[in-house]
Amino acid sequence: MDYVIEMLHIVKEFPGIRANDDITLQLRRGEIHALLGENGAGKSTLMSILFGLYQPDGGTIRKDGKEVRINDPNDANALGIGMVHQHFKLVHNFTVLENIILGAETVKGGRLIMDEARRKVMALSERYHLKVDPDAKIEDITVGMQQRVEILKMLYRDNEILIFDEPTAVLTPQEIDELMKIMKGLTAEGKSILFITHKLNEIKAVADRCSVLRKGRYIGTVDVASTSKEEMSEMMVGRKVNFAVDKAPATPGGVELSVKGLTMRGPHGKNVVNDVSFDVRKGEIVCVAGIDGNGQSELVYALTGLMKQDHGRIMLRGQDVTHASIRARNDLGLGHIPEDRHRHGLVLDYTLAENMVLKSYHKPGFQNHGFRDFRRMNEVTDQLIERFDIRSGQGGRTIARSMSGGNQQKAIVAREIAINPDVLIAVQPTRGLDVGAIEYIHRQLVDARDAGKAVLLISLELDEVMNLSDRILVMFEGEIVADVRPEDVTVQELGLYMAGSKRGKA
Amino acid sequence: MKKTRGAGLGGVAASVLPSLIAIIVGLLFGFVILLISNPAQAAQGLKVILLGGVNGGAKGIGQTLYYATPLILTGLSVGFAFKTGLFNIGASGQLITGAFAAIWTAVNCPWLPGPLHWIVPILAAIIVGGLWGSVPGLFKSLLGVNEVIACIMMNYIGMYGVNYLIKISNIYDKLKNQTVNVPASAALPYGGLDHVFYEKIGNLLRPSSVNVGFYIAVFAAVVIYILLSRTTFGYELKACGYNREASRYAGINEKRSVLMSMVIAGMLSGAAGAVMYLARSDGLHIDVIEVLSPQGFNGIPVALLGLSNPIGIIFSGIFIAHIERGGYYLQKLNYMPEIIDIIIGAIIYFAAFSLIVRNVIAALARRREARNALGRGNER
Repeated sequence: MDYVIEMLHIVKEFPGIRANDDITLQLRRGEIHALLGENGAGKSTLMSILFGLYQPDGGTIRKDGKEVRINDPNDANALGIGMVHQHFKLVHNFTVLENIILGAETVKGGRLIMDEARRKVMALSERYHLKVDPDAKIEDITVGMQQRVEILKMLYRDNEILIFDEPTAVLTPQEIDELMKIMKGLTAEGKSILFITHKLNEIKAVADRCSVLRKGRYIGTVDVASTSKEEMSEMMVGRKVNFAVDKAPATPGGVELSVKGLTMRGPHGKNVVNDVSFDVRKGEIVCVAGIDGNGQSELVYALTGLMKQDHGRIMLRGQDVTHASIRARNDLGLGHIPEDRHRHGLVLDYTLAENMVLKSYHKPGFQNHGFRDFRRMNEVTDQLIERFDIRSGQGGRTIARSMSGGNQQKAIVAREIAINPDVLIAVQPTRGLDVGAIEYIHRQLVDARDAGKAVLLISLELDEVMNLSDRILVMFEGEIVADVRPEDVTVQELGLYMAGSKRGKA
Repeated sequence: MKKTRGAGLGGVAASVLPSLIAIIVGLLFGFVILLISNPAQAAQGLKVILLGGVNGGAKGIGQTLYYATPLILTGLSVGFAFKTGLFNIGASGQLITGAFAAIWTAVNCPWLPGPLHWIVPILAAIIVGGLWGSVPGLFKSLLGVNEVIACIMMNYIGMYGVNYLIKISNIYDKLKNQTVNVPASAALPYGGLDHVFYEKIGNLLRPSSVNVGFYIAVFAAVVIYILLSRTTFGYELKACGYNREASRYAGINEKRSVLMSMVIAGMLSGAAGAVMYLARSDGLHIDVIEVLSPQGFNGIPVALLGLSNPIGIIFSGIFIAHIERGGYYLQKLNYMPEIIDIIIGAIIYFAAFSLIVRNVIAALARRREARNALGRGNER
C-alpha cells in the first residue's frame, strides 16, 4: 500500500497523563483520512507531533516509507506537511497575499518581489477554487475566507499532506459545504488530507477512512462508507450514544427573563441589536438561532451586563436589572456560559480549581472573613471533575491554560451549572465538544429546565437548536425575525429565516 | 497533605534556581569588568563583593539589613503590582512623598507620646504613598491610561513637589537646603537589633543602623504574601491581573481592583520612604535635591529577582543590599568609584534577568526531552 505518512507506535507523555499511547496512523496518498476522538483523546497531540511541535517519547514517523525526524514546523514544511490550525495563525493587518507569502518570501537584493508570488497565488486560487481577494486585509474578510487563506498558505509552500484541525468549528453551514467541496478537490489533485474532527456528519460526507482514538489509545481504522455513524461514535466514546435528546414537553411557568425594546448601536452607527423583545419563562429552553454575527453576541453581553445597551429594559426574576452590575445580576441567579472561553470564561493562568470558584469565591462557604477556604474549593472541584468528566493532567491543580479546549469548555459548563442559576444563558455550550460530552451537557440543560429553570440557548448548530429548544427565536441583522416552535418548522425553513430571506411574526 | 508539601518543596527549589543562575551570570559579568579595569586585584575584588556586608563583621551584616529595608518595601511595591498585572514604576515618587509626610508629621507633632512619635509618621507616609499611587490607579481604571506613563509623571511631580513643599513649609532649613532633623524621639528605635549587630572599638559599642524598619519590611512581606495567596481580595486582584475581561465576567469590580492594587503598591513605597528617612544614621531629614530616589527604581530588580514572590523579595532585597555593601568595601582596593558603580549595577541588573533565565531553563528542558525521545525512538 502506498502510504505518504505513517506514524507508528507513537507514545507521548505529559506530566500526569499519557496523551498518546502506542498510536499508529497511516495516511494513503490522495485520501481524506479522518481522525476521530473525544476531547482529550490525543488527536491534537498526535498532530502536533507530526507537525514538529512536540517530540514523541517513542515510535517512528515515516514519509514515503523512509523514517524521518521532525524537530520543528520547518522540518514538517520541508517534508510537505502543512496544517490549518483551529485558531488561524494570520497577521490581521496584513493583506491576504502578504499572509500567504509570509515566511516564504521571494527576495531579490533585499527587496520583496510580490509579482511572482501574486501570480502563483492566483493560479493556485483558480486551480483549487479557493476564492480570495489577495489585497484585502485579514481583519476585513470573513472567517471562511480566512480559512481559504490558510489553505492557500499550505498550497503555496507546495505541501502535499494537509492537516485540518477541526476546520468546521468556526464556519457557517454554507461555508462548511464549500470547505467539503474544496477538500475533495484537493484530494482529486493528489493531495492527502488528515481531517481532525468529532463531527460524524462531516466524516460521513467527505472522509474515505477514519482512525479512532480514545483516551490516548488507538482503537482502530475503519472504512467510512461501510461504517455507520452509530458504530463510529461507539468506537470513539466506548458506549452507545443517544443522538436525539430525550425530553418531555415543556411546562413553562412564570416569566424569569424579560427583554423589552433592547437596542445596541454598533461601532459603525448601525444597530447591531435592534428593538429586540422577548420573554423566557421558567421551565423552558428558548433558543436564539442565527448565523454568527447577527447580534447574538451583543444581545448576550447586554443581558449579562458585560456591555451597556443604548435603549431598552431587562427584567430578571421580576427585578429591573437594566443598569445593575454584573455581580448583582449573578447574585440574582443568572448563569452565563460565555461564547469566548478564553476571553471571558476562564482565567487561564489560574488553576482549574481556582477557575471553578470564579463566581462563588466570595460566597459564604468558600470564604471566611475574607480568607479563602481552599479545602471547600478543592472538594467542589473534585466533585465537578468527576461529574463532568473533566480531564486534566493534575486534577484541580492543573493550570487552565494547559488543558485541552474541550475540557476547558466542560469546566466552564460545570461551573455555571453547579452554581444552580435560575436563568441560564448558554452561548454555544457544546462548541468543540465530542458527542459524549454534548449528550451530557444537553441532558444537564434539559434537567435544569425540568427543575424549573429558564434557559436561553444561543446556538449556531441547527441540530442542537431543533433537538433542544422549546421555542426558537431567529436573529437576523440584529432583529428577531421569527418566533417559532421546533415542531412547526423544518430545518430548511429555519435556514431561510437565518439567511434573512423569510420573515415570520416576531 | 504530605504529598502536596513534597511538591511544594520541589516547587520552591525549581523557582529559586533561575534566580541563582541569574546571580551567577551577573557575578561573572562583574568579574569580567573587574579583570578589565584592574586585573591584579580582580580575584580579591570578587571576594570582597561576594562577602558583601560580611566584610564589616556583625555591624556590616547589620548595615546590609539596614540598606535592605527600603529595598524590600519598594520591591514588594513593584512585585505586588506585577502580580496584579500592573507595572508600578512610580515607587520613587510614592517613596519621596511618603517620606515628606513622615518628616512633616514627626517635626510638627512633637507632642505625640512614646512610640507613637515614630508610628504615626510611618502611618502618614503609608497614607500619602497610597494616595500618590492612587493617581495612576485612577487614570488606569477610569480612563485606560497606561500606568507606566502616569507613574513616571507622578515620580517627577512627587520629587519637585516635595522640594517645593519643603521650601514653603515650616520644616525647611535654609542654610543646609534640607528639612530640619526630626526630634530624636521620632527616630526609629533599634528594637533589639543593636545588641546583635554592632562592632566593638575599645570599650565602645557601636551598633549598626538596622532598626525596627527591618521588622516592618518583613512583616509587610508576610502580610502581602497572605493577602495574595489566602484572601478573596487577593484572588480578585490577581484575577484582574491575569484577565481583566474574565474578572469582569465573574462580577469582580475590575476598576476598583486596579485602583486598589496601585494604592497598596503606593502604600508599600510610602512606608519605604518613612523607614529610610526616620532612620538614625543617614536619615532624619530630606535633602532638597533633584534626583529621583534610586531606592524606588531598585525595587524593580528586587521584585524581578524575587520573581514577585513576597517571601522571595525579602531575600532578593537582602541580596541586593549585600552586593551594594560589597561595592562599598571594594573602595579599599584600587578601583575607581565609577567602575564600582558599573560592576554593582551590572550584577543587580543581571540578577533581574531571572525571568529570562527561567524561560531558558524551560526551553532547555524541552530540548533535552526531545533528544531523549529521539534516543528512545531509535531503540525501538
